[in-house]
Amino acid sequence: MTSSMLFNVTTLAYLISMLMFFVFLASKNKTVGNAACYIAYTGFIVQTVAIGLRWKESYDQGVGHAPLSNLYESIVFFTWTIILIFALIDFKYKYRVIGAFVVPFALLGMAWAQLGMNTGIEPLVPALQSNWLLYHVITCFLGYAAFAVACGISIMYLIKTGIEGSGGSASAGGLLSMFPPTKVLDDLNYRSIMIGFPLLTLGIITGAAWANYAWGTYWSWDPKETWSLIVWFVYAAFLHARITKGWVGKRAAWLSVIGFAATIFCYLGVNLFLSGLHSYGGGAK
Amino acid sequence: MATTERSFIENIWDFFCSLKLTMFLLISLALTSIIGTILPQGQLPPEYVAQISATKLQIYTKLGFFDMYHSWWFITLLYIFSLNLISCSIKRLPHVFKFVSEPTLVLGESSRNSFSLKKEIVISATPENGKEALNTFLGAEFSTPVITEHNGEYHLFAQKNAWSRLGVYVVHLSILVVFVGAIIGSLAGYKGYVSIVEGTGINTVESRNGSQIPLGFEVFCEKFNVDFYPTGAPKEFRSILTILENGKPVPGYSQVKVIVNQPLSYKGITFYQSSYGQATEGTEHFITVTSRKGGTPEKISVREGASVTLKDGTQFKLLEATQEVRQFAPGFSGPAARIEVTHKGFAPQVFIIFKDYPEMNAQRGDALIFNYDGTSAKMYTGLQVAKDPGVWVVWLGCTLMVIGLFIAFFMSHKRIWVVVSRGHARIYGNVNKNPAAFEMQFDAIADKFKQLKI
Ligand code: HEM
Repeated sequence: MTSSMLFNVTTLAYLISMLMFFVFLASKNKTVGNAACYIAYTGFIVQTVAIGLRWKESYDQGVGHAPLSNLYESIVFFTWTIILIFALIDFKYKYRVIGAFVVPFALLGMAWAQLGMNTGIEPLVPALQSNWLLYHVITCFLGYAAFAVACGISIMYLIKTGIEGSGGSASAGGLLSMFPPTKVLDDLNYRSIMIGFPLLTLGIITGAAWANYAWGTYWSWDPKETWSLIVWFVYAAFLHARITKGWVGKRAAWLSVIGFAATIFCYLGVNLFLSGLHSYGGGAK
Repeated sequence: MATTERSFIENIWDFFCSLKLTMFLLISLALTSIIGTILPQGQLPPEYVAQISATKLQIYTKLGFFDMYHSWWFITLLYIFSLNLISCSIKRLPHVFKFVSEPTLVLGESSRNSFSLKKEIVISATPENGKEALNTFLGAEFSTPVITEHNGEYHLFAQKNAWSRLGVYVVHLSILVVFVGAIIGSLAGYKGYVSIVEGTGINTVESRNGSQIPLGFEVFCEKFNVDFYPTGAPKEFRSILTILENGKPVPGYSQVKVIVNQPLSYKGITFYQSSYGQATEGTEHFITVTSRKGGTPEKISVREGASVTLKDGTQFKLLEATQEVRQFAPGFSGPAARIEVTHKGFAPQVFIIFKDYPEMNAQRGDALIFNYDGTSAKMYTGLQVAKDPGVWVVWLGCTLMVIGLFIAFFMSHKRIWVVVSRGHARIYGNVNKNPAAFEMQFDAIADKFKQLKI
């Protein structure tokens, strides 16, 4: 058994889970909703094993390192953290339907990684040979994942307030009745960001500490650094929006969606469109 | 006149205290920061200058877009940001302190109705005896209360984590601490670069603005090496450095290995492995030429780009040499040279000769066999040099920020009142954050409260 086979199983599980979540939305059948969730969790367990296995495989190949060293490995880890944060919120608050808006993110990531990327295990270039890599990547991606969940919840919020506001409850009423109340969505959005924001902050700090250790500057306005700061500003704005007149509710939800868009740009867009120090996805530096 | 002046100042004060300004600043900082990630910063590459129109170049330069994080308007935004933070804290902190140090010990009749968390029990004891029993109860179940008598009723007030209300201010303060650290670093520190050829030392470094900064000691490079993975990817860049004071090695700083992610610090100045290369100045390359007909081999030494006429009249030119050929000739490694050989009366031919693959060399060169023997060239190591006395302040700020965020998000100020009157006692609960979790705790306490027989 290889890790790559298990990653395929994971992808399939997330695909089935997402489809079942959609069926759940349409049918409102609780059993389907539960099954969709359990399949996602099964995929998560398989993925956990696969990540561990890939770690071991890297040692077998003599280049042993944690599987967090390139774009492929980071995407796989990202999808893993998305399901992890979803599971945390699901266990605590039991709003299964959120899965319909979160599992697609995980599926998208896994499908892209498995189909469109070089999956080989590569040795670590000197710049990445540091324990800081581990702390930095783990905190950043846990933060990103919490933002992904918050974004899914915000989309639900915007759909719900949008349709209810325009009085179109008759047409979509069936679907909407599955959604948690807007107050709960607003609260869950805040709670997800409450998890994500300190993690992003830690991610930026560990990144700065690492840069300082490796190059002697904790901040050099490299595009990736700057974009992580932009993301941080957006979520800081979100946190204050909730206590500022005229910003509560819809605007705050939009900030959460924009924040996640900025997060994705920080993670992928910077490597694809801009140049800098971070080797993920781009040429090695 | 005086009143308008006053209100003008008040307006300014309110402006700097407002959260609307905070929103504006956070969003402006986020949006403007994008510019510097799209436009090149610092030294402009000539290709960029060539492709952009002159007017654009002029406007962007005027606006400071090519060094935007140090431009006057970006710095101004940061100043207003700091002012906003400071004034907001000055305005609100006294209220918070008052809230913490002078808690509401007595619940008025009207405020009692606003509580969503409350329970009532009937007691047969007198209020005096009841308050004693409830004092013990609350102390055991939650936290020791303060008792106040008011209009014949006893008010028991107990709270937990009152100071957690300060968490947000710790976060805000931490941002200012980071700024202070950054300012100290930029005033009292420097960033520089130095390259040291193997077997030589330096005692000054070049700072980012081009000036030479004396170190006060000498850094000597004993050796520089690169290791590669079997795939050809670099594995380790390694300098062996020694620090010398007055020409003598400093104990503990002799033959220190410096690699990427493992710098060397001495007297507050840190050296980071950052680049390397071959010191080409004045280096000779050695080549052995053997005739296939036999005879003593001819040893020549040339510089890159130089030509030599061999004994038999053949023209020899060394085009370039490298100490690691892997990236130019996949499948080979080690030193190699690219040469041009012109046998008398023939067209020039260009090929690569290796140090470690004589059998390859033997297949080229017609009547002569060329072997590359290496070079007197030395490697140089490129080191980033940094002195930043403010960095500890920055880390202090970061630590405060993480602690503050933790307090602000995950700790809450919980308050419980018990009002003991003749014939009954009522319990009230309130929390500033995360009501669901507190509700469970309160319900558990209230259930025990209901079972009390007083
Ligand atoms: C100009 C700058 C800022 C001002 C004037 C400001 C002001 C405030 C105020 C008045 C509050 C409400 C405190 C309360 O609940 O009584 C607050 C909350 C908060 N601020 Fe700021 N703030 C600023 C920047 C920031 C930044 C950059 C961060 C980023 C870490 C931040 C993090 C927080 C957090 C985490 C909260 C708590 C929010 C919550 O509990 O939901 N603030 N801020």
